[in-house]
Amino acid sequence: MATTRDWLLADSPTSRTQAGAGRLYRLILGLLSNPLTVLGLFIIAVLVTTAIFADLIAPYSPIRQNLSVRLQPPSWEYLMGTDALGRDIFSRVVHGSRITLTIVLLVAVIAAPVGLLVGAISGYFGGWVDRVLMGVTDIFLSMPKLILALAFVAALGPGINNAIIAIAITTWPAYARIARAETLVLRNSEFIAAVRLQGGSAARIIARHILPLCTSSMIIRVTLDMAGIILTAAGLGFLGLGAQPPMPEWGAMIATGRDYILNQWWVATMPGIAIVIVSLGFCFLGDGLRDVLDPKNGESK
Amino acid sequence: MTSAIFLDNVSISYGETPITHDISLDIAEGESFALVGESGSGKTTVLRAIAGLAPEWTGTIRLLGEKRGHGVDRASVKACQMVFQDPYGSLHPRKTVDTVLSEPLAIHGIGNRGERVEEMLRAVGLDRRFRFRFPHQMSGGQRQRVAIARALMLEPKVLLLDEPTSALDVSVQAEILNLLKRLKREQKLTYLLVTHNLPVVSFLCDRLAVMRHGRVVEVARVVQLRSGDFSDPYARELYAASGGESVSV
Repeated sequence: MATTRDWLLADSPTSRTQAGAGRLYRLILGLLSNPLTVLGLFIIAVLVTTAIFADLIAPYSPIRQNLSVRLQPPSWEYLMGTDALGRDIFSRVVHGSRITLTIVLLVAVIAAPVGLLVGAISGYFGGWVDRVLMGVTDIFLSMPKLILALAFVAALGPGINNAIIAIAITTWPAYARIARAETLVLRNSEFIAAVRLQGGSAARIIARHILPLCTSSMIIRVTLDMAGIILTAAGLGFLGLGAQPPMPEWGAMIATGRDYILNQWWVATMPGIAIVIVSLGFCFLGDGLRDVLDPKNGESK
Repeated sequence: MTSAIFLDNVSISYGETPITHDISLDIAEGESFALVGESGSGKTTVLRAIAGLAPEWTGTIRLLGEKRGHGVDRASVKACQMVFQDPYGSLHPRKTVDTVLSEPLAIHGIGNRGERVEEMLRAVGLDRRFRFRFPHQMSGGQRQRVAIARALMLEPKVLLLDEPTSALDVSVQAEILNLLKRLKREQKLTYLLVTHNLPVVSFLCDRLAVMRHGRVVEVARVVQLRSGDFSDPYARELYAASGGESVSV
């Protein structure tokens, strides 16, 4: 074990792989030294395992109705109680983690690269390219996120896929702005001038020299935004524009619990707690990543 | 001898602002030439224009006899490279020495990269254990050696040096200067050096041009630097300000 550690922390790595692995190892060490980050990681890990093994964890089907046990309070038989149609809320929350994770991941996968690329191209070339791209970005930025997502879902039709597309459309402009700001700083740095002097093309400089330096702040930002994405998805679900019944989406579950909130509090509260915990988990993880990845906090770590 | 760098009436500007006026220089192959002068006199701008990083200029610039265009092009890249002033800002913070040195080879599709990188590390006096280090794992002098190695990867004949030692400790400065002197001898390089440090000029260079307010006020041989025998009043002033005789170290 000690030898693996020595190999990873070696001051003079002997191969590309070792240099890369060493950097990654130091990064993980940095992450694990912060208790809140570990908590965040733990929450995300629980979310992911729950999503993967939802069928094994959930004691009941998330959609089968049993009207003889409707609106049961939490008990050992029904851990989080049952809803108005007699469905086990715990099973629904467990299966809902899949939907939440899908939304979060797909939005990140769609929005982050688009924002990154638009921002880097805009910042690197400047001039009219910058003006056009940033003009488009500003138009998207000037509209409230949820309202814009609502408009898109209304136009595309309700459903989980359209909700994902709508949320992605509303999140990329912020990433484009960040990437542009970072690119503007990097563009005039000497190491970029050196690559230009070696004959590197603009595409090569952006892809291999500028984007790698923008990604860390992007990862931080995306992780921190995940909470917001979950909330927007839940908001759309709550309004009936996201996941459609009987899908166990957390926001939609809160919406159905609204009618019983005074007498059967658990129907709306349980999925609400799930949203809060998962959002917090992403926030903690994002904060920890910022401490480790942000170059301003010292690259020497 | 043909001239390595030839400038005829070159006026460079950044946007609307003119930086230099009618610079004419003729630097022979194998020569070491210094541009000296106060901050803001346009020395670095001249280097950037020759390298292709300051594309707004009028006049003629020839590199090894070839007229050069205003931007960076493949021919000029292989003829002439530049070493920047600050070794802390001129290396990509997330790339290992190996990646930095392989990049020019990859751009130009040159094979045998591993061997060439090792060979170049040896040439600039870096142990091979530095090959997979990141910049933050090295000292300023070691970084500057990497920057010099990077500039030499494409085997240029002309090397533009922008105050290559001013960001370094005094003891490290001497090492880098000795390295530059040895490399020049071994690889038959032409140096155009920007500095405000006259001892560096007398150590490394054959001739120098004194610049002020974007103009060359005097071109002198380094022997004149040793005796302080300048004709231009500003050049004499500069010589006196840097301590006169102490220059002839």
